Amino acid sequence: MLNDFPLWPQQASTLAHRVDALYIFLLIVTGMMALLVCTLVIVFAARFRNRPGVRAEQIEGSNALEITWSVIPFFVFMVIFAWGAVVYFSQRTPPADATEVYVVAKQWMWKVEHAEGQREINELHVPVGRDVKLIMTSQDVIHSFYIPAFRVKQDVLPGRYTVEWFRATKPGTYHLFCAEYCGTQHSGMVGDIVVLEPAQYEAWINGGSNGPLSATGEKIFAELGCSTCHRTDMQGRGPNLQGVYGKPVELADGRTVTADENYLRECILDPGAKRVKGFQPIMPTFQGLVSEEQVNALVAYIKSISETKPAGGMKTANAGAANQPQSNGSQVQ
Amino acid sequence: MSMGMPTVVPQQRFERETYLNKAYGVWSWLLTTDHKRIALLYLVSITFFFFIGGFFALLIRLELLTPAGDLVQADTYNKLFTQHGMVMIFFFLIPSIPATLGNFLVPMMVGAKDLAFPRINLLSWYLYIIGGALMLHCMLTGGVDTGWTFYVPFSSNFTNTKFVEAGIAIFIAGFSSILTGLNFVVTIHRMRAPGMTWSRLPLFIWAHYATSIIQLLGTPVVAITIVLVAAERALHLGIFDPRLGGDPLLFQHLFWFYSHPAVYIMILPSMGVVTEIIACFARKRIFGYQFVAFSSIAIAVFGFLVWAHHMFVAGISVYSALVFSFLSYAVALPSAIKVFNWTATLYKGSIHYDAPMLYAFGFLGLFTIGGLTGLFLAALGINVHVTDTYFVVAHFHYIMVGGALMGYLGGMHFWWPKISGKLYPEGWARLAALIVFIGFNLTFFPQFVLGYLGMPRRYYDYSHMPEFQVLNVLSTAGSTVLGVGYLLPMVYFLWSMRYGKPASDNPWNAAGLEWRTASPPPTLNFDVEPVVTWEAYNYEELDAPPQTQEVTVG
Amino acid sequence: MAEAETVMGLHQEELQHPELLHHFADAEQQRNSASLGMWVFLGTEIMFFGGMFCAYLIYRHWYFGDFGAASKSIDATLGATNTAVLICSSLTVVLAVWAAQTARKTLLVTMLTITMLLGLVFLGIKAKEYSDKFEEHHVPGASFSFNNAPLPHHPGQYANPRHAQIFFSLYFMMTGIHALHMIVGLGIFSWLLCMSWKGRFTPTYYTPVEVGGLYWHFVDIVWIYLFPLLYLIDRRR
Repeated sequence: MLNDFPLWPQQASTLAHRVDALYIFLLIVTGMMALLVCTLVIVFAARFRNRPGVRAEQIEGSNALEITWSVIPFFVFMVIFAWGAVVYFSQRTPPADATEVYVVAKQWMWKVEHAEGQREINELHVPVGRDVKLIMTSQDVIHSFYIPAFRVKQDVLPGRYTVEWFRATKPGTYHLFCAEYCGTQHSGMVGDIVVLEPAQYEAWINGGSNGPLSATGEKIFAELGCSTCHRTDMQGRGPNLQGVYGKPVELADGRTVTADENYLRECILDPGAKRVKGFQPIMPTFQGLVSEEQVNALVAYIKSISETKPAGGMKTANAGAANQPQSNGSQVQ
Repeated sequence: MSMGMPTVVPQQRFERETYLNKAYGVWSWLLTTDHKRIALLYLVSITFFFFIGGFFALLIRLELLTPAGDLVQADTYNKLFTQHGMVMIFFFLIPSIPATLGNFLVPMMVGAKDLAFPRINLLSWYLYIIGGALMLHCMLTGGVDTGWTFYVPFSSNFTNTKFVEAGIAIFIAGFSSILTGLNFVVTIHRMRAPGMTWSRLPLFIWAHYATSIIQLLGTPVVAITIVLVAAERALHLGIFDPRLGGDPLLFQHLFWFYSHPAVYIMILPSMGVVTEIIACFARKRIFGYQFVAFSSIAIAVFGFLVWAHHMFVAGISVYSALVFSFLSYAVALPSAIKVFNWTATLYKGSIHYDAPMLYAFGFLGLFTIGGLTGLFLAALGINVHVTDTYFVVAHFHYIMVGGALMGYLGGMHFWWPKISGKLYPEGWARLAALIVFIGFNLTFFPQFVLGYLGMPRRYYDYSHMPEFQVLNVLSTAGSTVLGVGYLLPMVYFLWSMRYGKPASDNPWNAAGLEWRTASPPPTLNFDVEPVVTWEAYNYEELDAPPQTQEVTVG
Repeated sequence: MAEAETVMGLHQEELQHPELLHHFADAEQQRNSASLGMWVFLGTEIMFFGGMFCAYLIYRHWYFGDFGAASKSIDATLGATNTAVLICSSLTVVLAVWAAQTARKTLLVTMLTITMLLGLVFLGIKAKEYSDKFEEHHVPGASFSFNNAPLPHHPGQYANPRHAQIFFSLYFMMTGIHALHMIVGLGIFSWLLCMSWKGRFTPTYYTPVEVGGLYWHFVDIVWIYLFPLLYLIDRRR
């Protein structure tokens, strides 16, 4: 119903309804508060206007009143806080089996690469009714990937991955904006999110000429000579990468980290920083030798050889967001 | 006023000596250590910067009248909003009330002859002027396009505009703000007149005390941040540069550690002004004096703990977002308490509708809307959608222009008779208050809607989404009304300096030590050192029938 | 003319009561104000350095070993000498304040001079450290090099030069801004020396010495934190 109202943004994702519900709740609550204050001010101002011979009645204050109007708003605030936090956690926690799309931002365009190998610029084709997870990084400054109709936004930083996810509910074309000021053509860094019916999407995704991203990654993996050390048997001078993604890794300095996208990325660009226990620090850095797209392909490849999840998994999008085991994409470091 | 020649002195033989006529000539102003004269120096300079920043704002609004970028170039637009922000924040809002009304009134309200360090006070104005001159030079020779938030790595490695110069300008102006705060803290602690206990201080003083704490503890952090960014830009240190192992988010943390509390530097003094005005024009002691006083301090303290709510989508951990969202609601409480106490003060008052009170009413309305929309932004789930959109733009303009500027104008009207010794034209002033209120809402209310629709801020060209035009046209139309509303007071204040009726010492019959001396005051503020024997806001005594009224000071 | 006379008049007033400014009720209020003012100012200084300490703590946590390796390359003997120099200078500052309180003019002048000399020694040693770092290509920038520096406690491993560079960036920023404060301190002390030479300080009026001393102590204390954080974090054998 809100979709036809011109002063209301389109609702095209599972999250949109949840954000809007909270927004409407807040509009009602704050509207009532504002109405209360305004009514009181206007009524007092009119009722107690200056009249000859009538003097103001001095009132020192009232602790009971002060406590009342501190405690009641506090509880209202806590309701808003908790509700907002719940919505935020689901915005921030991509379902484990989401379709993955790599996004590279640069001044002033969005470069998108699908796992299937399709590439696009300033456009993103997604199927309706499927969870899509964007794994994003920037080549230069900070950008922000914002789809108002989906109510999602996430800053895209250079030097690390950040993650955003959504599940489109309605076919159509929606705005994509860069929401973090990034220089001259900031306002030109806009594009379209094209939501397709599953059948159309299948046709579109298979219409490209490139092979899957992981296949590209496999090729790069071989070209760079990674496979000479990272062998699949236990003889390699580097760790066996099969099945490593998503698993805890024990580091040489005793710490244990989860091998998420950011970890894999860091290991390629800065191998010394979090070296796996039991291996010598012999891997050279690939900083400056591989492009962001190549890093994405390598990460996609390493993930593909760790694949455990069923292909094309269709899970309910908002299943218990907080207890997803998935590592959190927006975590610093 | 301008009759400064010694030969005409006999003609003015009946004129009382005031801080205005004590000495004439440029140097008597530029080398003055009198806090009242320094306040006027600040008044002139911040007004100058206000109109520069306002001019940029009008150009921004004009550009956004149509979806296509047709008035200026993209780079020019980016410089316009950057410099609008930098000028308005660092060269207008932060010094606005503290450096003018605060400078003028803090010593008088506590019953002192001057601020504790008059020469440092003058130095602070000179620092402000040096910073301002650098900023002007920067703008005239190319400008800067980083946004006032100058996020790295854009500001440190990518922009080819004059960021370092703008940074130095802000750095220097920051020290001017620190010195003002230092002077206030020491003055309030050490220079109070006999009998002026903490609980007898006007709430204006409490608000300025809280403001000073923020200026003192926050400003140095942004200063060192600017130094680090400038060094990063010049020497490629790597502290904020992800390519060298640094973290751009660390910059954002350091930046917002100052820049969020800076919002309270702008709004707290305004709250202080409004408190004085409401008490005077409702002829009442402020309801819940202690709660209003301590809520100022609470805002200053909690204000330092909420900075990362500007970073909910920046890539911080969900758990820290949780903490900062919670704390943001904690800081909303003291503001709410203030609003309720002001409202309660009106109850059973005897309310007069003079221009300062109209501004105070305007403040109440606009600040309430600004504050309540803050609840939206602090709600994590909604923040993700509306942050970096026009919703945020509207929200902070409601606080900083609707709130802070309304309070500033209200205060200017309230104390203008004291400052200038002349009365402003009441009818015009009421009209201006009305125009400002209407123009403001017309300009900024549509922006809330725009923001929720998803229009990102800092967009020069929205031809991709022409559906946003109607609301933008409304906003631009409002901004011209607002411009008129801001020009009017300047015109009639200047007019009143020459043609206004002379003001009595206490035209509003207001409480407060500053009203117990002449208008305009003598250089040392009081002819006799005041001894305070009454509580703050003793309107009951002031309005009492004449036989019991206290006539003079100490 | 008129304003010149006024200014002159003010000056004469000040000369009659050189220490008490017109807007203070009495000398005690003036002294209390000056001293509170300095304490408040030092509060802002803590925040100023605080930003850098914060950056230091974060990167030390992230790049733990690299920071250790980089720290090891700095000459701790020079740093320790400088620490001793500054502690001595704090002592002489205290003696100077005492001399001012008890009207010992010669002692006051001597102590102020020694303090300044120690300050200069500190800056000299600092300059030596900087020039060493410059020669070793440890200054961040294009010619920075920090190759083959072994990571402490990790045999066969080397520090990441990019992370070591962040250490050196912080080292130069923190010690550089500290040195800048020393230079400002030397300026203040030159003025104090000049005033005490003229005999302007008396047991009833020595606020500038006291307040200047506070500033000097603060700069010393900052160094007391900088020294272990920058020089001593990984000196275990």
